[in-house]
Amino acid sequence: MSKVTPTRKRAEAVRRSGYRDVRFRLLTWLASMGVVAIFAGVMAALGIGAWPAIKAFGFPFLYTEIWNPVTDQFGALASIYGTLVTSLIAMVIAVPVGIGIAIFLTEICPRPLRRSIGIAIELLAGIPSIIYGIWGLFVFAPWFQSGLQPWLIDLFSNVPVLQDYLGGAPYGIGIFTAALILSVMVLPFISAVTRDVFETVPTTLKEAAYAMGCTTSEVVWRVTLPFARTGVVGGAMLALGRALGETMAVTFVIGNAHHIQTSLFAPGTTISATIANEFTEAVGPLYLSSLIEMGLILFFITFVVLASAQLMLGALERRAGGLSS
Amino acid sequence: MKNMRLYRRRRRGNAVFLTLSVLAAGFGLLWLGLILTSLFYRGFSGLTPATFTEMTPPPGVEGGLLNAIVGSLIMNGLAVLAGTPLGLLAGTYLAEYGRYTRLAFVVRFVNDILLSAPSIVTGLFIYEIIVVKMQSFSAIAGAASLMVIVVPVVVRTTENMLLLVPNGLREAAAALGAPRSAIIRAVTWRAARAGIVTGVLLAIARISGETAPLLFTALNNQFWSTNLYQPMANLPVVIFQFAMSPYEGWHHLAWAGALLITVTVLGLSIIARILESSKRN
Repeated sequence: MSKVTPTRKRAEAVRRSGYRDVRFRLLTWLASMGVVAIFAGVMAALGIGAWPAIKAFGFPFLYTEIWNPVTDQFGALASIYGTLVTSLIAMVIAVPVGIGIAIFLTEICPRPLRRSIGIAIELLAGIPSIIYGIWGLFVFAPWFQSGLQPWLIDLFSNVPVLQDYLGGAPYGIGIFTAALILSVMVLPFISAVTRDVFETVPTTLKEAAYAMGCTTSEVVWRVTLPFARTGVVGGAMLALGRALGETMAVTFVIGNAHHIQTSLFAPGTTISATIANEFTEAVGPLYLSSLIEMGLILFFITFVVLASAQLMLGALERRAGGLSS
Repeated sequence: MKNMRLYRRRRRGNAVFLTLSVLAAGFGLLWLGLILTSLFYRGFSGLTPATFTEMTPPPGVEGGLLNAIVGSLIMNGLAVLAGTPLGLLAGTYLAEYGRYTRLAFVVRFVNDILLSAPSIVTGLFIYEIIVVKMQSFSAIAGAASLMVIVVPVVVRTTENMLLLVPNGLREAAAALGAPRSAIIRAVTWRAARAGIVTGVLLAIARISGETAPLLFTALNNQFWSTNLYQPMANLPVVIFQFAMSPYEGWHHLAWAGALLITVTVLGLSIIARILESSKRN
């Protein structure tokens, strides 16, 4: 008797801990399903919310410029145009500068300064976007309007094509200002990813190139960049995803105008700025639904961009893993 | 002679290239300096003791940001309290159970998308599922939309940190007969604690400045309110409204609020960085 009881107790304890094990595993599984559920929920909620607008306007919603809450006529073209153009200009500025910073940090910067300058650049990513917005509105836009912008307009006033794109009245705020501020916001994403990828380039490859008598610029162009290409593109896509969806930094300085103008200095709007500015004041189900449909379009665009960034960076990680083993 | 010319040209090209990349770094640092100096200058001149003791004022009246500060603290707190366990468990699944399964790949992929998805879309999502159902803007909805942002950050850092825990530790515990769940709770979580805390701090830093998801979930409230079922004041939306207004006094308060948020966010990221590097050493 006295021998059986402890054994049975032990067996029971083992069974109990087995249950606990299964329960815990189930709990973590449920939590990860929760993440998937949030994602599915976002798509479903936006789809349902956007349905009245999709039904009312159909496909032309995507290429109609009219935005008239009074007559309940809505088209997303001006917002989509603004989103794409601001992000495109931001990338044109941020990609070369971001790569330049990464090159500076890995090749040129004296070692003791490397860490602190790297952190300083990353602080740019830490500043909340609303700070960029308020700074852009109160500090940058007035300065731009009175200083740089009239000069630029003057400079290009006789250049055939550019006079249309960089002309008009100096408002200070507008598409170009929004794009410039976006470019500063995404800069640290590009430089951080690029720097990390640059550091995966095997030193022997670079040393071999230097031994052949290559200059630093030749090593970067012919060895580092080709080796790190996928990662750099992935980092740029990640930054593009951020730029497309950025709301506050843009809303402050874009001017919220629902027509497409040739001049980049003219006020415009983006999908996120339109939603942020108009959502709480939107009266009528169709107005609200149109705004939600724009949210859905934005989610779709960023999904495509971010997914391709993920795939590129993922491929890179696998390669890095293969190299280290 | 021709070789000498080529050599000189290559040297010149290199010099131009290096100058450009130094300029790029200067460009980035210049913006950081410009933004921080004007933020500190204007923020401190707008900051008074009343900022912390009085409510947000109507236009033309002196006031403070007390209700907005408290509202932000409440909603951030709720979001972190709700989001951390979910993120921690999901990250644990990915690192400990899922690892290389197809399901884990899907969860990881979806999580990374959520991590960078536009935050305004989060706001629309919560508007649809909570605000419309409750027929009112509320602090709960605000906290829920922030939670959606907290979860992916915690999942990502938790998984990364757990993967850094050496397998030997897990095997040693398993050799002692500990069940899997006990190993995770008593060994791997404990070993990765500093990293997980870092993730939570980064998540708080991330949501402290988030404005877009709060615009149509928590909305704003000019008065003192701790009722979770009512709209609640919060710093980011107050800054947005005050900055977009034509009133001088509101602008000062907006700058003061902006300074508070930035100091909080940068402080948290610095603490997180210190924690991370102390862990690494």
